[in-house]
Amino acid sequence: MAKVKPRVKVPKKASPNEVVTIKTLISHPMESGQRKDKKTGEIIPRKIINKFSASFNGEPVFMADIEPSVSANPYIEFQMRVPESGAVRFEWTDDDGSVYDLEKKIKVA
Amino acid sequence: MTVTRREALGLAVGGVAALTTLRFSAPALATGNAVEEAIMKFTGGVKPGEGDITIGAPEIAENGNTVPIDVSAPGAASIMLLAAGNPSPGVATFHFSALSGAQEAKTRIRLAKTQDIIAVAKMQDGSAITTKRSVKVTIGGCGG
Repeated sequence: MAKVKPRVKVPKKASPNEVVTIKTLISHPMESGQRKDKKTGEIIPRKIINKFSASFNGEPVFMADIEPSVSANPYIEFQMRVPESGAVRFEWTDDDGSVYDLEKKIKVA
Repeated sequence: MTVTRREALGLAVGGVAALTTLRFSAPALATGNAVEEAIMKFTGGVKPGEGDITIGAPEIAENGNTVPIDVSAPGAASIMLLAAGNPSPGVATFHFSALSGAQEAKTRIRLAKTQDIIAVAKMQDGSAITTKRSVKVTIGGCGG
């Protein structure tokens, strides 16, 4: 399986209470469970990222429940208010139970 | 046997009708009921009304495998996106919090065919609002 690689774009600095745009992308095939293997005719089992969450210093910011209708390499963009310096933590949960995560720091000046 | 013009027309109309029925009875596609059920489950039985909720989507999506969609509903606690013409209508549900800068999100979705995208927002006061937007799809996603 291709390596699952999460990527996010978070500004390094922000002014207090500034609203910033956060862009996230994770490489993942998002197998919908509807496709058939062309050679064997068998249905390829579903394997998708079913949950995404972002938190800031432990406080929840944004969460998404994801279904098979989301494209491969799911891209999610949302807005976040930055009250203070800290770290944004991103987590993606796979159907097979594995969790991919990433953390980015934001400095408030 | 000779076929009169009237008979020929009748046959043609019948054929078209049969084809359309076949298409609509295809079992793999989500039905209106599934959409209705999903909305009711999401809102907890509250019938969504109209309000300040918008979906941004291309009018025509050339590739149904990845269609950029954005949705925004100021004051929403969570927003659910549905694609009525997909094999299963659910797309994604976004949940917001006090740290969310704005109640909006962008993502990319799969669309099996030309259809309506439905967004339902559950507001902080428990009410619900909905809107829909039609997107034409040239090549469907969700490949067979």
